[in-house]
Amino acid sequence: MTYNADKLPKKNLLSLQIDVSKFEKASDAEKAQHETMRESTTFFRDGMRKLRRNPLAMISLVVLICLVLTIVIVPMFYPYSYEQMITVNGKRDKTAKNLAPFTYSKNEQKAIDEGQKIFPHIFGTDELCRDYFIRVLYGARVSLAVGLFASLIVLVIGLLYGSISGYFGGKVDMVMMRIVDIIYSLPDTLMVVLLSVVMNQVLGNALKGSIVSKIGPNMISLFVVFGVLYWVGMARLVRGQILSIKNNEYVLAARAMGAKPGRIIRKHILPNCMSVIIISVALQIPSAIFTESFLSFIGLGVQAPMPSLGSLANAARGGMQSYPYKMVFPAVIICLIVLSFNLLGDGLRDAFDPKLRR
Amino acid sequence: MLKYTVKRVLLAVVTVFIISAITFFAMNAIPGGPFAKEKAPDPAVQAALEARFNLDKPVHQQFFIYLRNLLHGDFGVSLKTGRDISQIISEKFAVSAKLGGMAALWAVVLGLILGSVAALCRNRWPDRLIIFLTTLFVSVPSFILATILLLVFALTLKWVGVFDANNPNYVLPVISLMLYPMSYITRLTKSSMLDVLGQDYIRTARAKGVRDSLVIFKHALRNALIPVITYVGPMVAYILTGSMVVETVFTIGGLGTEFVRSINNQDYPLIMATTIFLAVLMVIATLLSDLVYKLVDPRITFD
Repeated sequence: MTYNADKLPKKNLLSLQIDVSKFEKASDAEKAQHETMRESTTFFRDGMRKLRRNPLAMISLVVLICLVLTIVIVPMFYPYSYEQMITVNGKRDKTAKNLAPFTYSKNEQKAIDEGQKIFPHIFGTDELCRDYFIRVLYGARVSLAVGLFASLIVLVIGLLYGSISGYFGGKVDMVMMRIVDIIYSLPDTLMVVLLSVVMNQVLGNALKGSIVSKIGPNMISLFVVFGVLYWVGMARLVRGQILSIKNNEYVLAARAMGAKPGRIIRKHILPNCMSVIIISVALQIPSAIFTESFLSFIGLGVQAPMPSLGSLANAARGGMQSYPYKMVFPAVIICLIVLSFNLLGDGLRDAFDPKLRR
Repeated sequence: MLKYTVKRVLLAVVTVFIISAITFFAMNAIPGGPFAKEKAPDPAVQAALEARFNLDKPVHQQFFIYLRNLLHGDFGVSLKTGRDISQIISEKFAVSAKLGGMAALWAVVLGLILGSVAALCRNRWPDRLIIFLTTLFVSVPSFILATILLLVFALTLKWVGVFDANNPNYVLPVISLMLYPMSYITRLTKSSMLDVLGQDYIRTARAKGVRDSLVIFKHALRNALIPVITYVGPMVAYILTGSMVVETVFTIGGLGTEFVRSINNQDYPLIMATTIFLAVLMVIATLLSDLVYKLVDPRITFD
């Protein structure tokens, strides 16, 4: 049935009768208006776009990726090992002590003159005739691994504890948070030192011969200490986030519409606190690297001959005036890693923290 | 306020107790007693020694004896030198307190100035420069910073002498100890200053025609100071642990050097005593900064 406006009687101005013309089928042009012109952006994509516009954070990210690739790939085909003396023609080369970058020892020079090819020592060698470049690479590997692993421990424990405390609330929350308060008020660095001293003695013999003995009791005690002490900050953060999000109107709305708790946690609570958690993990990594280098300094670092950036820099302090480069290389790499994580963490916060978003 | 104070003081007391307990039992878990030698002495002598130091009693009794001695200011004797530990601590802490006090003072003063400058010159070059430098300073471990400063200014350029106990020159140690807290305070001051400058009462003050300097110093800075107070506790903790590093690098004979040495010597009574002493200082600093924080800003309420 077609509809013709002319056929209808003229409508009285005050009439409440429905204007039929308003209920016409939409034309194609009108339908086109409702098509989405631009895809709606998600929280994550929007954050990534902001992050990509932040040059400092992007540079840090690139630096970190390059560094990780280098320390993973280069040792695979690098001709020297981090724990063994340099050998020339299968013999230990005792003249290759404390070489400056890109120089050769007497024996090596002889071998080169005879027509052999010898890979240059990019960062020189150390006092035990080991190639310094590979030691710095392994040191960076150890330091990064310590940072990542310690942050992971903190993340897992803090996330579980904080979400249980925040989700259940009431008495459970109160008791759990008093425990956190007490642990939070313990001076962490001192406790790290104390527990490292003790665990060094206690674990030292127990670990002999096992796989973990290679990283040494000091590193294990560092992880244990992180697991025991440092998670409280994360737990507080997660609990606070969950408490504040739990009471938001959109959660109430979702609940009113009959959403199940699982869906509320997955769709509303987790995405909203994930950003804050990721930022704090990113900022936790440099602090773990700092703690490790501090422990190396006071003689509680990784087990020799395993190097870490902290222990390398600390070992180089003795010959500072004669061989400053031995200090400079690990120092620069520590600073680069820590600086990159700090800048990346700041960038992530600017991009993802809901409180800072306009 | 009274309720809050009582609660915080109680928490601090519990914390100190827990720290002493952890320290004591951790140290007791180390295998081998202080008189366990390779060549066993006469059993009678051994027993007499153990009775003299109460080692024949059960561990929990030893703990309470240790606590009672602590409360009387008796920290025991060093295993290495046989000296009275309370004497060592009071002597060495005088040096550390001087260094740490200067570092804390400079960190707060410079941090406040730099932070305010950065906030007032927002997004112009002074701000950019300050933020760049402070980001750099928080990324360098203190022992590397201290070593580099020592190498460059004392050994190469010879602007300042190497630290000498008879003629102490604290310039480099103080700089290397204060840069990290200073950078932190700068960032804290900047963000709280920016926050305050956007408040209505600042606009009101400006609208009334108050001079710019008066607005900044009287209205803005005083309120921007409040968040900085909360950092005082962590700063004291940082400076006390940082001084271990800085004192060792510059060979200043303070408590920090003593602590590092006691770890390397495995001088357990000294490690224990120093840990408890430093921990109590940190707890007191945190307690005071929390109470002052509450006192200066009546708007802050805690449940």
